[in-house]
Amino acid sequence: MTTRIDTRFAELKKEGRSAFVTYVMAGDPDLATSLEIVKALPKAGSDVIELGIPFTDPMADGPSIQAAGLRALKGGMTLKKTLDLVRAFRKDDNFTPLVLMGYYNPIYIYGVDKFLADARTAGVDGLIIVDLPPEEDDELCIPALKAGLNFIRLATPTTDDKRLPAVLANTSGFVYYVSIAGITGAAAADANAVGEAVARIKRHTQLPICVGFGIRTPEAARAIAEKADGSVVGTALVDALKNSLDSEGRATAKTVNAVAELTAALAQGVKGAKQAAE
Amino acid sequence: MNKPNSYRSGPDERGHFGIFGGRFVAETLMPLILDLEKAYTAAKADPAFHAEMKGYLRDYVGRPSPLYFAERLTEHLGGAKIYLKREELNHTGAHKVNNVLGQIMVARRMGKKRIIAETGAGQHGVATATLCARFGLECIVYMGAVDVARQAPNVFRMEMLGAKVVPVQSGTRTLKDAMNEALRDWVTNVHNTFYCIGTVAGPHPYPMMVRDFQCVIGEETRTQMQEAEGRLPDSLVACIGGGSNAIGLFHPFLDDPSVEIFGVEAAGHGLTQLHAASIAGGRPGVLHGNRTYLLMDADGQIQDAHSISAGLDYPGIGPEHSWLHEVGRVNYLSATDDEALDAFLLLSRLEGIPPALESAHAIAKVMELAPKRPKDHLMVVNLSGRGDKDIPQISEILKGRKQ
Repeated sequence: MTTRIDTRFAELKKEGRSAFVTYVMAGDPDLATSLEIVKALPKAGSDVIELGIPFTDPMADGPSIQAAGLRALKGGMTLKKTLDLVRAFRKDDNFTPLVLMGYYNPIYIYGVDKFLADARTAGVDGLIIVDLPPEEDDELCIPALKAGLNFIRLATPTTDDKRLPAVLANTSGFVYYVSIAGITGAAAADANAVGEAVARIKRHTQLPICVGFGIRTPEAARAIAEKADGSVVGTALVDALKNSLDSEGRATAKTVNAVAELTAALAQGVKGAKQAAE
Repeated sequence: MNKPNSYRSGPDERGHFGIFGGRFVAETLMPLILDLEKAYTAAKADPAFHAEMKGYLRDYVGRPSPLYFAERLTEHLGGAKIYLKREELNHTGAHKVNNVLGQIMVARRMGKKRIIAETGAGQHGVATATLCARFGLECIVYMGAVDVARQAPNVFRMEMLGAKVVPVQSGTRTLKDAMNEALRDWVTNVHNTFYCIGTVAGPHPYPMMVRDFQCVIGEETRTQMQEAEGRLPDSLVACIGGGSNAIGLFHPFLDDPSVEIFGVEAAGHGLTQLHAASIAGGRPGVLHGNRTYLLMDADGQIQDAHSISAGLDYPGIGPEHSWLHEVGRVNYLSATDDEALDAFLLLSRLEGIPPALESAHAIAKVMELAPKRPKDHLMVVNLSGRGDKDIPQISEILKGRKQ
């Protein structure tokens, strides 16, 4: 099985450049604006889209993404509407890989089999579920692989060599290396430490490795792009979105552009990177 | 569902009680959770660990806690003979210290010097701050901003003991958000930090480990009832937020079919309104590292709990309770804010023992159950905490009632 994710990383490898992965929260601050933002991301230079599923209790997220989730929920966002958003995006874009990222409970309550079928039909390519470590693979990971979706696992600074094979065993699409022990948007990642970690993970897998958590600027994105197969930016984009809202937290005429412009600047940073050493 | 051979054999090696429990945590925490499981398994098998625990439980905590015949309450209700298991007499004023002592002993074995905890009513926070002071460990307690306001005496106590109390402003600003924030701290400081969870929830091995440390309550009750009456009790009653005082009393009796067991959830304003009764009003979901009964909406979003008692104000319950509910071994009831308040006043006036508002929920159901039972029926209720911390809040409410 080849997903849009596999195809995209193969293309980028041919081009000799690192992927730029963008994260935004589905439904932040409302469904219509959120769809416009997601549509704008590929044009602004995003190679892969991660779309957050809002959840009331996001235990691995910092204040920015927590607030984004609450804005989306306040606007009436649900998992079902998140899939509607993906379906609407796919009408105009059948190439950009789209990964849903979030926590297990909304999926568990939706029903795993129904969710996987609906996600596949809507045009979702992969899943990143923060609170499902390999110890819980039977819950969603194995069924997702059977349904033809990539299950992208997080590896972290605490995932040592002994544990890596278990973490990588059922991972597909790419590996998401969390560059810091911490929550989203907290500290900045050190590019040299990231380089060593990526090299360590590469000894265990052929999969592309994308690095996230703590990347906020084009310079930082470039530094990571030189060490890894992709860099992920989330909190900085969510903050740009938030800063464009009115005092009631509603979208303004500037909102879509605010996210698109920062995406374009970050993409320039990534594209200016020297090819990662193989 | 088939009846198991024993109700005391769980969890399995993956931390499951039936479909409940498990290890639903971020990868960053997983290696540490596996380390903790290893360290706890080793401690459990080490006689030196048990000897050390026993010494501190006796000389520092003040165990065994008495099993007290509540003569005037019994007379007043006119039915079952009621005994109070006096956990409120423990050092720090609640059952929480039994578990904290155990976890701090494990943390010391693991070489961790920084302890974090979440707290609702503040009893677990106080117990953690106390033992961190005793063993010279850094202590950070996360507490919802709403709870900081309604449990002021415990906040002062924690600070006096040298702990840092962090008011949590996210979400509903109560116990669940304190737990989210503690998990975020743990993910960030995973290398040097031990998370001392206050109840039988969280990822495996916490529900099992906390239960084991609290089982001293039920084990003592067994011996004490044998001494007092020469037999087993006929029924047990305890309040349930996460459910650690309840499981501690219940677990040693689960395989005695003659013992009826009642857990009491917080029904808040009533089960059709805002409440905190996860079993009565929730369904299975995944939060804070385990699958269990949760209060949530149709989309799987966690709903706000409400209880007059900060310690019960949580939208979930320990996974072993969810399982005991599904297999039918324990009956889960609920008591409203008003019922708990009446029980608080009744016990204060009849026995001179103001219970914690949490424990008052258990007393409230004793008031219903005891009159329907014969005079030779032996009923044990866990008096899990003392009410001193609640007096400012209760006096406000009573003032309001008079007006």
